[in-house]
Amino acid sequence: MVCKRVIQQLSEYLDGELDSALLEELSTHLERCEDCRIVVDTCRKTIEIYCNTEPLPLPQDVRERLERALREKLGKRSADESS
Amino acid sequence: MPTHLANEATLVAQAQAGDAAAFSTLVEQYDRYIYRLALNITGNKEDAEDVLQESLLKAYTKLGQFQGGSRFCTWLVRIAVNEALMRLRKRSPQKEVSLDEPVEGNERSLMPREIEDWADNPEQQYAKVELNKILDETIAKLEPNFRTVFVLRDVENLSTEETAQILGLSVPAVKSRLLRARLKARELLGEYFKKGKTVGL
Repeated sequence: MVCKRVIQQLSEYLDGELDSALLEELSTHLERCEDCRIVVDTCRKTIEIYCNTEPLPLPQDVRERLERALREKLGKRSADESS
Repeated sequence: MPTHLANEATLVAQAQAGDAAAFSTLVEQYDRYIYRLALNITGNKEDAEDVLQESLLKAYTKLGQFQGGSRFCTWLVRIAVNEALMRLRKRSPQKEVSLDEPVEGNERSLMPREIEDWADNPEQQYAKVELNKILDETIAKLEPNFRTVFVLRDVENLSTEETAQILGLSVPAVKSRLLRARLKARELLGEYFKKGKTVGL
């Protein structure tokens, strides 16, 4: 396997979607190619950092305006339905 | 996105029957995720807030159409993504944002130019707020077609199939864009996370 092929298969490799023959080829390549190993490791880290980052709470002013908008809309529908 | 709520089906049924409190409980689980999603796609706080409000109001209005064939959050995300893309198109009509346009680059453009190892646990060098800022800025630098796929797959942790369904793309198209997005994000984050990087305190 050449480096170009490793990069093409990178996402499938990191997502655990490679079949066993390709996985073995790629793993063998990674054992001897430091550049590819670095790309794979840092790409894995990129995904992990994003996946593990919780969103910040809604800013207070955004939450207040959202609650107001929902109250108006939801209240209106309830009133329409009961009339 | 949070994992499937245990009482989600009950809350959806109650909300569909007109229980506003059940709907509020339901959306409270997702509102900050929808806001982050909208902010990441539009790159603009005002647009993100509009998208959040509009998509939740639309979800309430269209709740009767939700069949339960997909997860509630996937359904909600689809509404929010459509709203966010509509805002983007409104803002840059001259630069039409189309998810259908082909984005194939050549093979050479795929090959990484930056090959430098990162420090161990590099994200821990930054405070939470600062790290979030770095991650948001990195996403903003991705091309819109790559950005949306990356946000759904790697930020909101939706599956490739869910992402394809929401964006109306084929699974191979999602995979191709995701690969390019991941490589670009990796390259951009390398600026902050590479070994020997001194973080100003």
